[in-house]
Amino acid sequence: MADKELDWGKRRFLVAATSVAGGIATGAVAVPFVASMLPSERAKAAGAPVEADFTNLAPGEMTRVEWQGKPVWIVRRTREMLDSVKQNDDKVADPNSKRKPEWTPPYARNEYRSIKPEYLVVVGICTHLGCSPVDKFKPQPEPFETDWKGGFYCPCHGSLFDLAGRVYKNKPAPDNLIVPPHKYLSDAQILIGEGAKGA
Amino acid sequence: MAVAEKQPVTGAGPFNGLLTWVDQRFPLVQLWREHLAEYYAPKNFNFWYYFGSLALLVLVLQIVTGILLTMHYKPDAAQAFASVEYIMRDVPGGWLIRYMHSTGASAFFIVVYLHMFRGLMYGSYRKPRELIWIFGMLIYLSLMAEAFFGYLLPWGQMSYWGAQVIVNLFDAIPLIGPDLALWIRGDYVVSDATLNRFFSFHVIAIPLVLLGLVAAHIMALHEVGSNNPDGVEIKKNLDPKTGHPVDGIPFHPYYTVKDTLGAVVFLIVFCVIMFFMPEFGGYFLEYNNYIPADPLKTPPHIAPVWYFTPYYSILRATTENFMWVLAAGLIAYSAMVIAAVKINAVRIAVVVIAALLLVGFFTLDPKVWGVVLMGAAVLIFFGLPWLDQSPVRSIRYKGWLVKGALALFVVAFFILGYLGTQTVTEGRTLMAQVCTLIYFVFFLLMPWYTRMDKTRPEPARVTWQGAH
Repeated sequence: MADKELDWGKRRFLVAATSVAGGIATGAVAVPFVASMLPSERAKAAGAPVEADFTNLAPGEMTRVEWQGKPVWIVRRTREMLDSVKQNDDKVADPNSKRKPEWTPPYARNEYRSIKPEYLVVVGICTHLGCSPVDKFKPQPEPFETDWKGGFYCPCHGSLFDLAGRVYKNKPAPDNLIVPPHKYLSDAQILIGEGAKGA
Repeated sequence: MAVAEKQPVTGAGPFNGLLTWVDQRFPLVQLWREHLAEYYAPKNFNFWYYFGSLALLVLVLQIVTGILLTMHYKPDAAQAFASVEYIMRDVPGGWLIRYMHSTGASAFFIVVYLHMFRGLMYGSYRKPRELIWIFGMLIYLSLMAEAFFGYLLPWGQMSYWGAQVIVNLFDAIPLIGPDLALWIRGDYVVSDATLNRFFSFHVIAIPLVLLGLVAAHIMALHEVGSNNPDGVEIKKNLDPKTGHPVDGIPFHPYYTVKDTLGAVVFLIVFCVIMFFMPEFGGYFLEYNNYIPADPLKTPPHIAPVWYFTPYYSILRATTENFMWVLAAGLIAYSAMVIAAVKINAVRIAVVVIAALLLVGFFTLDPKVWGVVLMGAAVLIFFGLPWLDQSPVRSIRYKGWLVKGALALFVVAFFILGYLGTQTVTEGRTLMAQVCTLIYFVFFLLMPWYTRMDKTRPEPARVTWQGAH
């Protein structure tokens, strides 16, 4: 070997071929490794619809239901609360939920973002970074908003939502709260996770 | 054979034979000489040079206490919170080990922040130490990941909601974000799957990376040699007889003894905190984390642990109105860069990048840019070796312009850190926005103000007032 000229072209070809073959094999092995971190079949199956009964919910109050590990709020709105929604139109960033239409099912795409004006059903997860906002229903001057008409305040980054779950302008959260697919089973009973026809 | 050629080890008394046997099969003596006995470090190290060895001490402490905690902790959403309480109440000495670990986490960041500040003051990142700085920054990033993953493990309210917020940061990335967040969590919400994998990252994946990076950091340091408070290169001035730097002293025994003193003082302070105020007023261990995780209810006031709060403030400061300020800043900065560079290709690239960013500023959510700014705030440190154009390394010979900029940066960093622990009000948001601007301006304008700065000439040798 020592006295023979090295065939560099052949050597480079072999090195490149070996590297490519090895690289492809490594990449192929990475696929199942990466895939193993995706949600498992069990996690995927856990998202079944849940029923919520709010017969005993008093006007002006709120109840929480867990759906897919997330809080779903049901607020029984009073006349004043509904009026405050109307007054808020110029304060909210997206009054008609046009930015992400898929987050407001067609049957809730109205002034109050609900099937029945009285009941607001929204996922209680801030569209900013996923905290659960706190209910501040009493209209009164607040440190975060002097002309506060009642709604939700996110403790994490200060996003504000009105009583229709619509986000205030110039806040970290970009979108209104998500209205989950849901339908009424009776007057005060809903199924969350499954929409009415056309949804 | 090579075995016979090596000199026998002397000076180890009864161990000479054993060490000779090892040395003939492993570069024991060579390692000892290169990294300790004949590693020549500048003789003028001051107080600020304690924090490197202290960081190493805390790393060892965290690993040892971590191994012990792993023996009792259960990485299961149903059992995690109770298992931490079990460690605190029923495991012999468990409370001590856990407080050592939790105090150690905060101590690690204190030590690392001081170590980084030392680098900023004395220009320790300047050529030829760019890689030491880059490895160091990677250590800092790993440390942040390690702390974040570890913080979920007690499965308290702050653990849960902190993880929820940070994982959702990835959700903001356009196109791939939602799938990426899903992949990180392994579930649609932060859940048992998330806890289990964070445990895996915390106890094995990140520590392995961390140890490798620490080794690389020290190897790079010992290759080029340590900087010093005067920022002058001691290797330029060698003793003609020995070939060692005249201003250098062997790391062992001189600095091993000095660092031992530092370790003793550090451990005294550490013990006072660990024994008498392990929660440190809610800064080291947050009160809300003594409530088990509840996915339906965010605590009324949530804040990350103190070492993340400056970046958290930057995230919160990025509102819709702030985008206009950013846009104006970007245009002004692009104009400055275009005026300063002479290569047309670079100028065109700057215009294109700036135009793309401007379009992005007003088409993507401010939330995306909050995440980008937060990431950029950490990553911008990597650029320091190239941003600093001062003719001198150390702050001792720099002028008021650079000193003022550094002071302003430190103040802004502290204010951002404080604001990150507080709830949001309009006034605080404005303050955070001002400090965010100062933070970035400190780095981005560095090539200009370090050139304009009136520096004093560096001395030929280190200044040192010792006994002669």
